[in-house]
Amino acid sequence: MNHFKRSLGIGLWFMFLTLPLVVVRVNTLSQEVEWRWANMLWVGLAAFAIAWAWRYSIDRRAARQAQGGSQTRPLSARRSWAQRLSDDPILSRRLLMVAALAALAFPWLVSTGQNFYHVNIMVSALIFVVLGLGLNITVGLAGLLDLGYIAFFAVGAYTYALLSKNFDLGFWTCLPLGGIMGMFFGLVLGFPILRLRGDYLAIVTLGFGSITKIVLENSDVLFGGAAGIAGIPRPDLFGLVLDGREKSLYSYYIVLALVALTVFVTNRLKNSRIGWAWMALREDEIACVAMGVDMARTKLSAYALGAFWAGLVGVIFAAHNNFINPDSFTFMDSAMILAMVVLGGMGSILGVIIAALALKLLPEYLRAFAEYRMLVFGAVMVLMMIFRPQGLISGLRRKYEYDVSKGSDDVGK
Amino acid sequence: MSANKGAKLLEVRGLTMDFGGLRAADDVSFELFEGEIVALIGPNGAGKTTVFNCITGIYTPTSGDVIMHPPGLAPRRINGIKANSITRLGMARTFQNIRLFPAMTVLENVMIGRHCRTSTNILDAILRTPRARRETRETIAESHRLLRKVGLADLANEFSANLSYGAQRRLEIARALATAPFVLLLDEPAAGMNPQETQELDELIVRIGAEEKVAILLIEHDMKLVMNISDRIVVMEYGKEIAQGTPREIKENPRVIEAYLGEEAHA
Repeated sequence: MNHFKRSLGIGLWFMFLTLPLVVVRVNTLSQEVEWRWANMLWVGLAAFAIAWAWRYSIDRRAARQAQGGSQTRPLSARRSWAQRLSDDPILSRRLLMVAALAALAFPWLVSTGQNFYHVNIMVSALIFVVLGLGLNITVGLAGLLDLGYIAFFAVGAYTYALLSKNFDLGFWTCLPLGGIMGMFFGLVLGFPILRLRGDYLAIVTLGFGSITKIVLENSDVLFGGAAGIAGIPRPDLFGLVLDGREKSLYSYYIVLALVALTVFVTNRLKNSRIGWAWMALREDEIACVAMGVDMARTKLSAYALGAFWAGLVGVIFAAHNNFINPDSFTFMDSAMILAMVVLGGMGSILGVIIAALALKLLPEYLRAFAEYRMLVFGAVMVLMMIFRPQGLISGLRRKYEYDVSKGSDDVGK
Repeated sequence: MSANKGAKLLEVRGLTMDFGGLRAADDVSFELFEGEIVALIGPNGAGKTTVFNCITGIYTPTSGDVIMHPPGLAPRRINGIKANSITRLGMARTFQNIRLFPAMTVLENVMIGRHCRTSTNILDAILRTPRARRETRETIAESHRLLRKVGLADLANEFSANLSYGAQRRLEIARALATAPFVLLLDEPAAGMNPQETQELDELIVRIGAEEKVAILLIEHDMKLVMNISDRIVVMEYGKEIAQGTPREIKENPRVIEAYLGEEAHA
């Protein structure tokens, strides 16, 4: 009953709040004020229903948690689907195969004739998948907040644009160079901020991102200023002449290969001495150093590797778009990539991929509701933070193969 | 229980640490020998943890010397050296307020300790070279061995945050042992433990001292534990070292009794 009263109150409150928006309208043609009272009723009903569902789901969640808490052994806690997947290598390998086949077949399924709109959207989404995976190393694994990550992306993009314009270097030469430049700037940023943590780190990286954009905008001679650089060559394929659709397909496969490479490398690193050190650094810096982990080297490698992927994919971005200007590298983009990592679950590769695809594809396909896009986006964020603050996939327990019989010679107590 | 059992491993000479105007440790000197268990005791705020932090490189002492004598190697003054280098040289520690890696499993926590004894680099890790595989295998095997030693092998795949308090303390010891130290520093290992757990810890400390061949320096408030296991005791008060000796000598030392019980004990 208490719920009913509260939800009723919320309904009334929303009716009052939205009164000037949905009820009153000035009809400019007939010069009179319209009062659309019916709208008010709908708002009230909707707010009431949502509030009711809200309280109900929160109650259920609390009940479930209480139930979970009463279990004596934490080991027997209910396993999430992601945990089950990671515990079952055969199943996960099969699913990976299916996903790979689907990704390979995707452009042929959605593009017909000269209609390759969906392919292009997918290319930009996959570019952000790589960015998300790159930032996942810095933020998700090593726990170093970076609010200026897009700057490394810009470094890669401008590396290719400038090298191809001024020195006529090809895409494939510039691809590794872009990555190396990104890495270099990662180190340049990393050195002065080794000692910073938390808020201070956030501010410095934010500043770095902004400085990069301002430098690009104001340096007309070198970087083309706010107008950017146009006429960047597309990736070349043994000198073949490609039409528009084929170019998009080619970009798609390049970026898909890069996604695969990123996943492969990140996964290997995550399950290695390096990755364990990153995670320990994220969990507790002092303990990590006291256990003999070199903080400077570990932090710098996390920055450099994170920035490497951004630089690499920046080259692809520049090549795919033919044109770059500083507006592609705003703080909003940094925040978006960070959101992908947080929503996906810090450190989770699969989670970040899902979150990146969702965050880039949903707005594209929600163009019909263009005006409400940011509203929906914000609402999703708030809901995520309430119901899954730890991200889509998190808290996976990794098990390590170990032959117990080998160690039986010195049995402890 | 002779004081000088073996070679000298750690030497602290005239260690002084100032925080602004506060002198937290004042001219502290003591030594640690092979095969010994030495306790550092004193009332709250006596500067015991400060001494620990100075020795392990978390603080740089204002003055004085901390010298490590690695077996078979030349002695080395370690003031101002980074904490991770000191760990690499062979000194490991646990923390008074438990500092585990909560979102990592028990096994992974111990595996971090092996970091400074392995050398897989980024390229090795990406290509998963034979060396990387071998090191990973060895890391896991050694970590398991240490977990069995402290009695946590059954919980190897549990998150460390889910362990009980006593188990977390033992995990810290296992993690420190994983760095293959010759000196182990335990900062209040029995804090928050019940008598039963303290009893078990007592045995564990003596056992690892003998089996892992580490000399142990510990800070502890539980006098029963300290008197049971220590070969020697160093007593601190207000940053100064006020007494040193065997448990028996310390028990009868009037300065120590005064420090612990206050002036009235004299009357």
